[in-house]
Amino acid sequence: MILLGPSGCGKSTLLRTVAGLEDPTAGDVFIGDRRVNDVQPKERDIAMVFQSYALYPHKTVAANIEFPLKVRGVGKSQRAEEARNAAALLGLEPQLKRKPGQLSGGQRQRVALARAIVRKPSVFLMDEPLSNLDAKLRGDTRAELVDLHRRIDSTFIYVTHDQVEAMTMGTRVAVLNFGKLQQVGTPQDVYDRPATAFVAQFIGTPPMNLLPAGMLGSDSVQVGIRPEHLKLAPGGELHAVVRQVEHLGHEVLLTADANGTRLVSRLEPSAFIPEVGDPVAFDADPGRRHHFDATTGERVP
Amino acid sequence: MKRRLRDVPWAIAMLLPSIALVAVWTIYPLVKAIQFGHLTCDVTGKKCRDVGWGRYWDVFTSTQFQHSLGVSLKLMLLTVPTGLVLGIGLAVLADKHLRGIGIFRTIFSSTVATSVAVASLVWFVLLQPQIGVLADVFSGWFPVLKNPGLLNDPGTALLAVAFSSIWANLGFTFIIITAALQSVPRDLYESAYVDGAGSTRRFTNVTLPMIAPTLLFVGVVLTTRALQTYGEIALLTSGGPNPEKPTTTIPYLIYGRTSLIHTDLGTKSAAAVLLFLLSLVLALVQFRGLEKRVHYGS
Repeated sequence: MILLGPSGCGKSTLLRTVAGLEDPTAGDVFIGDRRVNDVQPKERDIAMVFQSYALYPHKTVAANIEFPLKVRGVGKSQRAEEARNAAALLGLEPQLKRKPGQLSGGQRQRVALARAIVRKPSVFLMDEPLSNLDAKLRGDTRAELVDLHRRIDSTFIYVTHDQVEAMTMGTRVAVLNFGKLQQVGTPQDVYDRPATAFVAQFIGTPPMNLLPAGMLGSDSVQVGIRPEHLKLAPGGELHAVVRQVEHLGHEVLLTADANGTRLVSRLEPSAFIPEVGDPVAFDADPGRRHHFDATTGERVP
Repeated sequence: MKRRLRDVPWAIAMLLPSIALVAVWTIYPLVKAIQFGHLTCDVTGKKCRDVGWGRYWDVFTSTQFQHSLGVSLKLMLLTVPTGLVLGIGLAVLADKHLRGIGIFRTIFSSTVATSVAVASLVWFVLLQPQIGVLADVFSGWFPVLKNPGLLNDPGTALLAVAFSSIWANLGFTFIIITAALQSVPRDLYESAYVDGAGSTRRFTNVTLPMIAPTLLFVGVVLTTRALQTYGEIALLTSGGPNPEKPTTTIPYLIYGRTSLIHTDLGTKSAAAVLLFLLSLVLALVQFRGLEKRVHYGS
């Protein structure tokens, strides 16, 4: 389960509420069938990975991973054994005797993961665990996390503001904005049938074109069209002037201006590409159009 | 290399103010003290003769210096651990987000702005057998407070000086440790909490190791201050009560008004150099002994 939303939308607070670091002002938190509102974090059978990793800088990697077991009074040899197993799962064995300060960002992130795994919790809580990594490492680690999720078969609750992480890693995605749940569904579902105009624009790069009410069709409905569905069509309904042409190799992004509304269209490089300043006309398959209520932003069937 | 050479004049110019300060107020007096330590002078200080390095050994083995060394070390043992523990305790207490906590922080740190003279005077009055509030309130349990008075009983005088000293240094300890506590990332506590660590374990596994470098620093400073305790002694006990002189610390032996070597430039210079060596050795021992166990972050 991915919690996705812009900064300040309440996704971290929600995660911390599940963890027991924050108390809900109203409502119940259930883990499995158990209501855990009044249950201490340590009794909730969860493990949390922090954005900063929160490793103990004075302890070795091995001691960091063992810490949750030590707290639980697990014996020394068993502790070492389980820490080694968790480290092995993440390829951390050579680093066991080092301290976090001597590790790279990616390795630290893995130590934090290993410390969570070693508890064998029923729920993993992760608060933007990849946001401190560089782009390449982030891609690799994303794949590893997906693999890990498949192998250890626990519930992961993963907070991110990165829609790519949400789309690639999520079994289900919950989109939040201003503390309100906008939509829950599979990544494809959320992409194909966004429940609100916010979700429509938040997911997808470049974001969905949202035409003001009255531009296409009814006066009370905003129409949304994804860039890949906005086609150049000589007889199209939308008239605009090309402002920018971006050649990305595998695709071309065309930005145009239609009476003050910005339109972005994604084209095949092999297609006819107009030049900046050219007047163009767009059209979109009616089945590919999304309709949202002009005042509430909610999806209109 | 050329570039480096070209930088040398500038480097010297930049360093000159600090070098001058250290040279005039630290190096020169130290050299002078070591030099005086060899000399025996008459009362006017005009006629001196060299008695050699043996003077240091004579002073070190003298009964008076040995006695004062004992007093200084006792005072150190009384003040440093207690001061550290109290400082940590207060800082941890005040490191909470409560309404009005700022008032307590201000109160706890206020002794930083209190000079040794004022602090000593406060304690002198508090402990005064006739009018002292502490003497009045607790004399039922501790008759010594009234007769002869904590500061006038050879058995308790050093303890009373230690009280005053601990209290006067507490503000400093509190401020430094509070700053250290606030630099500990909250995530570490939360992570430990989620992993099931109770407050004691969070303290020993997160707080203490994270503030250890600061504790080492405060420990060294408090030790040095304890060994240099002079003002409290001069104001509270004048090294007495006599004849046992249970509060004649090394600095008081060197400099005190009623000290026997007060007028002997050579002897007191030698004692001062020995005190310097003692502080140096203790600071080195603390650094060497604890450095390996202290983590300075990445």
